Amino acid sequence: MRSNGILRIVARFLIPLIMLFALYVQFHGEYSPGGGFQAGVIFASAWILFVLIYGLEAGLAVIPERTMFVLSACGALLYAFIGLLGVALGGRFLDFSVLLDDPQSAQQAGIILVELGVGITVATVVMLIFTMFVKRRAELDRDDHREGLD
Amino acid sequence: MTVLEWLPFSVLVPLIAAPVCALLPGRVLPWSLALLAVAASAVITAFVLPAAMDEPLRYSFGNWPPPIGIEYRVDSVNALLALLIAWMGVIILPWARLSVNREVPERQGPFYALFLLALAGLMGIVLTGDAFNVFVFLEISSLSTYALIAHGRKRAALLSSFRYLIMGTLGATFYLIGVGLLYIMTGTLNMADLAERVPEVAETNAIRAAFAFIVIGLGLKLALFPLHRWLPGAYTNAPSAVTVFLAATATKVAVYVLLRMVFTVFGLEFALTMPYQTVFFTLGIIGILFASISAIDQPNLKRMLAYSSVAQIGYIALAISLVSVEGLAAGLVHIFNHALMKGALFMAAGAIIYRIGTDRMSDIAGLARSMPWTMLAFVLAGLSMIGVPLTAGFISKWALIQAAILQGNWLAVVVVLVGSLLAVLYIGRVAEAAYLKPAPERAEPVREAPLGLLLPMYVLIAANFWFGIDTRLTLDVATHGAEILVGGAP
Repeated sequence: MRSNGILRIVARFLIPLIMLFALYVQFHGEYSPGGGFQAGVIFASAWILFVLIYGLEAGLAVIPERTMFVLSACGALLYAFIGLLGVALGGRFLDFSVLLDDPQSAQQAGIILVELGVGITVATVVMLIFTMFVKRRAELDRDDHREGLD
Repeated sequence: MTVLEWLPFSVLVPLIAAPVCALLPGRVLPWSLALLAVAASAVITAFVLPAAMDEPLRYSFGNWPPPIGIEYRVDSVNALLALLIAWMGVIILPWARLSVNREVPERQGPFYALFLLALAGLMGIVLTGDAFNVFVFLEISSLSTYALIAHGRKRAALLSSFRYLIMGTLGATFYLIGVGLLYIMTGTLNMADLAERVPEVAETNAIRAAFAFIVIGLGLKLALFPLHRWLPGAYTNAPSAVTVFLAATATKVAVYVLLRMVFTVFGLEFALTMPYQTVFFTLGIIGILFASISAIDQPNLKRMLAYSSVAQIGYIALAISLVSVEGLAAGLVHIFNHALMKGALFMAAGAIIYRIGTDRMSDIAGLARSMPWTMLAFVLAGLSMIGVPLTAGFISKWALIQAAILQGNWLAVVVVLVGSLLAVLYIGRVAEAAYLKPAPERAEPVREAPLGLLLPMYVLIAANFWFGIDTRLTLDVATHGAEILVGGAP
């Protein structure tokens, strides 16, 4: 689809907007609809659109598969770390009120950090799933091609 | 830190170790981390059980008070189950190393990460006091289980995994619909809260529908006859280590959720207005007979043991259909004891697969001469499965028969005895093949299973005999738990 000028220009225009919207959903999640999961999926959809237009190789040049895998684990660990921080500071697991002095900003900080972890994990896992399907497709195509040659 | 403050870490340690495990390279590192995490969890459960006996332990996450936040609520019933799951994990992981090296040679980091997730999910299901949180953990453990089963060597593993995925998702969805109906009617998801509010609205069709959805959804998950069709394939085609773990824990956890929902949330009185007793009694009896008879002529060992598992679920269903302290205690004891015997039996089957690469009945002929210790373990665990005195299996069948006699339910007594005779047949068939039949000609002589497989197997065998004699942990805790369940909300 790289040759189609309209698609390329529209995608180039849309991809940054989709990413921006994902970040908006991410960082307003604590008091408006949205949050890490939704933001992660929206963010991943921007990358998927990029891959649809420019191909998987270009997409993996932006973020290699191994990086996605590591980030997906790191997101979950960020969540766990914030939860454990509550315990370390003398509260319960996922207790945010001990993080900062002001109770309201403590809750806000806790939620945003935890949701950031969710966002990173969801975005990278969605990308990983998509990558696996695309690779499988590419393998099948290669096999078909080889059979055609025989 | 007090026991209460350590309590959530029995779930959190394996849950947090899982993503780290997925990133570790090689074979030794992921396995070591998994073992460490599960051992930590097991140590915590050993402290939790005595602390939870008198008064339930309550831990609220994020310090949000219970009806708003999620709480872990642990009494003797779920403390016993958590102890069982974590300690089975500790015994299975050392066994798993060799078996997994053979059956899942690559990408072991993600494999052990999935194992940890499955274990953490099961632990979460039993410890939580929130009906929706049960669903979340149910999905965590189920999704990782589907992936674990798909790791099996044969392509059939993919099909079995997919079949389990469909049935398991149906079950979880039914459970969720039931919980949704409960939430609409009562406005709460906390189990203790639900227990207080359900009686006020019990006379409505919405609550009756919720009960039906939850029972059928969990029936799928616990492989109650005739909803068991996913189980034999899943157990047969999964990697041996996964089969051992699932057979010992997964269906038992679904039984626990069923008990908790029926007795604590809906309450005994409401359950008796529904056809709960008839359904579980009838399906339990048919399940025992049908699955035991099916087990007799299965072409391979793991499939035979899987059908035997369906039969054992039948015993548990029969026990909990008796709706008495003795009946529920018998059910809980059998949950515990069955994990010990089926774990040991599947380990023996796994050791055979490790050595000869197959578990077809025809290949087992004469195997007792080349693998004497493995076959001895199989026969000893088989004796426990049959219910020979001095074994754990005898204790659970004895408790079940006593509970049935107390209610004058002679049909149940007869079925339990017939079921035991059928177990003699299917266990005996393997023993006969291994001890009496001539061994087929092989290119290379078969050697005994390595010590790494034998030791954990014999730990479980020893446990089978220990809990056949010392019933303080099993029968006493189970009776205490059954009293809490029958007594309604604690």
